[in-house]
Amino acid sequence: MTETTFREALTDTLHQEMARDENVIVMGEDVVGGTGNPHVEPDFVGGVFGVTAGLYTKFGVERCIDMPISEAGIVGTAAGAALAGKRPVAEIMFCDFMGLCLDQLMNQAAKFRYMFGGKATCPMVLRTTYGAGMNAASQHSQSLHPLVTMIPGLKVVIPSTPADAKGLLTTAIRDDDPVIFFEHKTLYTISGDVPDGDHTVPFGKARIVSEGEDCTLVATGRMVSFCENAAQALSEDGISCDIIDPRTTSPLDEDAILDSVEKTGRLVVVDETPPRCSFACDVAALAASEVFSSLKAPIKQVTAPHSPVPFAKELEAAYVPSPAKIKDIVEQTVNYK
Amino acid sequence: MQLAREELQQAYRQMKTIREFEERLHKEIATGVIPGFTHLYAGQESVAVGVCENLTNDDYITSTHRGHGHCIAKGCDVIGMMKEVYGKADGLCKGKGGSMHVADMDVGMLGANGIVGGGPPLATGAALAAKLDKKGGVAVSFGGDGSCNQGPVFEAMNIAAILKLPSVYVYENNRYSEHTHSSYVIASESIASRVEGFGIHTVKANGFDFFEVHEVMKELITKAREGNGPCAVEFETTRFYGHFEGDPQNYRAPTELEDDRENNDCLKIFRSKVSEAGLLADEDLDNIDNEVLALIDDAVEQAQNSPAPTPDDVTTDVYVSY
Repeated sequence: MTETTFREALTDTLHQEMARDENVIVMGEDVVGGTGNPHVEPDFVGGVFGVTAGLYTKFGVERCIDMPISEAGIVGTAAGAALAGKRPVAEIMFCDFMGLCLDQLMNQAAKFRYMFGGKATCPMVLRTTYGAGMNAASQHSQSLHPLVTMIPGLKVVIPSTPADAKGLLTTAIRDDDPVIFFEHKTLYTISGDVPDGDHTVPFGKARIVSEGEDCTLVATGRMVSFCENAAQALSEDGISCDIIDPRTTSPLDEDAILDSVEKTGRLVVVDETPPRCSFACDVAALAASEVFSSLKAPIKQVTAPHSPVPFAKELEAAYVPSPAKIKDIVEQTVNYK
Repeated sequence: MQLAREELQQAYRQMKTIREFEERLHKEIATGVIPGFTHLYAGQESVAVGVCENLTNDDYITSTHRGHGHCIAKGCDVIGMMKEVYGKADGLCKGKGGSMHVADMDVGMLGANGIVGGGPPLATGAALAAKLDKKGGVAVSFGGDGSCNQGPVFEAMNIAAILKLPSVYVYENNRYSEHTHSSYVIASESIASRVEGFGIHTVKANGFDFFEVHEVMKELITKAREGNGPCAVEFETTRFYGHFEGDPQNYRAPTELEDDRENNDCLKIFRSKVSEAGLLADEDLDNIDNEVLALIDDAVEQAQNSPAPTPDDVTTDVYVSY
């Protein structure tokens, strides 16, 4: 184990996988940075969030490729290269920009295997950032995992710790299906113990973050630590929670969620997206359908409101589910009569 | 034009196979037995075959909604294709894709494509893979005049140009983007003049003549193979049927189709050229016609008698593993 930041865990994983398999290539806007600029050396940037740092220097221009600002072109190029035997890791700087490349994701990469009768594979990873918390406003702060989770053919990953960032990215790169990998912008600087050497985390296997008796909390990404904060405060009042981090929204570890709800009899789903047709809805509907008789209280969803992500600090703080709000909703649920 | 007798026979056989595949489908679709949307390629055969006769199974193509011709020209199994168009379990894509999604990875056919402009970015990616593999492979995207107005197509060509990828962007200008005339929807003088703006070597050529297509493509594909970056070409061509089967085509001039069948039929042009030059005898060509007709009869019969997929097949092959 080595204490590593979330960002370093991702960077180390890219280095490790590119060294392991020459078919792994990285492409995106400024993933090298400085290309063509006479005033700086290439690798000046290494990705706007620094995740692809050093890949160009180590693996060369053929395997770490600066792309124009052409999201559809980037994803289409990755999908085509994947069909032709490569394992591209493409970067879309902010998931908000998926609007520009959605056709290549949902009509091309997601569909090849099915449309072509199981004879094609498209082993690509699309890394992208998501989430509010940096006052980046409506077009750079969304959490769009529900949008891709609902598309059959895509796998969707949301790590919440540095160890999972490494384990899940390794699995994503080695997986033979197209994977969308969401990195919360505010998590890059968090630190944690990361296993050394080869570390994989299987898809569809939830992490049991903490165990308790009174309520099940389901959350991904940044919301996992918010749930931990809320649960810590709740424990002082004698309320204990199961916290389940599904890690991947597609495939979804339904058993881990349902087993926990059967045990606690209560479910609060926390997600940073607006509430309609969301991941929170999906988990709530799953529990309502499958373990209804175990429920002692209505299922609650703690989500962002049905609005775009606002800019001002005060507005953004009101938009994002807070530990205090999670605590409040869990208390209401546990005290439901 | 230095084509051997076998190469000429092969080219004619491929063109004739596409023609009869489509002529037969036109008749079968009218009976209502074939589900879904079908877009026939008849009339454009010289383009698909003139391009693909310059490729091997290690080269890649991407195609369009009007993809039967590209599939046959690239070497997809004709009987498997017919079964696929009929939606049968033993079709080339197990009945999951149908007319608009025929593909065969084994021959480098990366799929017909229901999205106009969906293919060129994929061809750019396949060309990137080919460049990294360093085995001289190329990727060719087929697109129609309609696709040249899609933004991702511009992105695909620009990326190929800056990375000097071995790709060729083929535009088949059959005059109509669905029902709308290409002269209205394309602001530039031609598709070729627009594409040149991407810094790509671009040619405009007569797509009715197999020999011209073949020669032009030989030059462009060789250039791409040798590491000189991407090329593009606009071929003038025509389709003998509507945008889709069932299209009444009332947007076409009253004698346009008749005139095209008479004067712009690439198969007739091929026959007269090889006959006049004494390269192939009428008897050779007639023999190929008969072989092709027998193949298509067999394909239709097999497709009609093949088993349908079962409801259990709905959820298979969504993922490699899940």
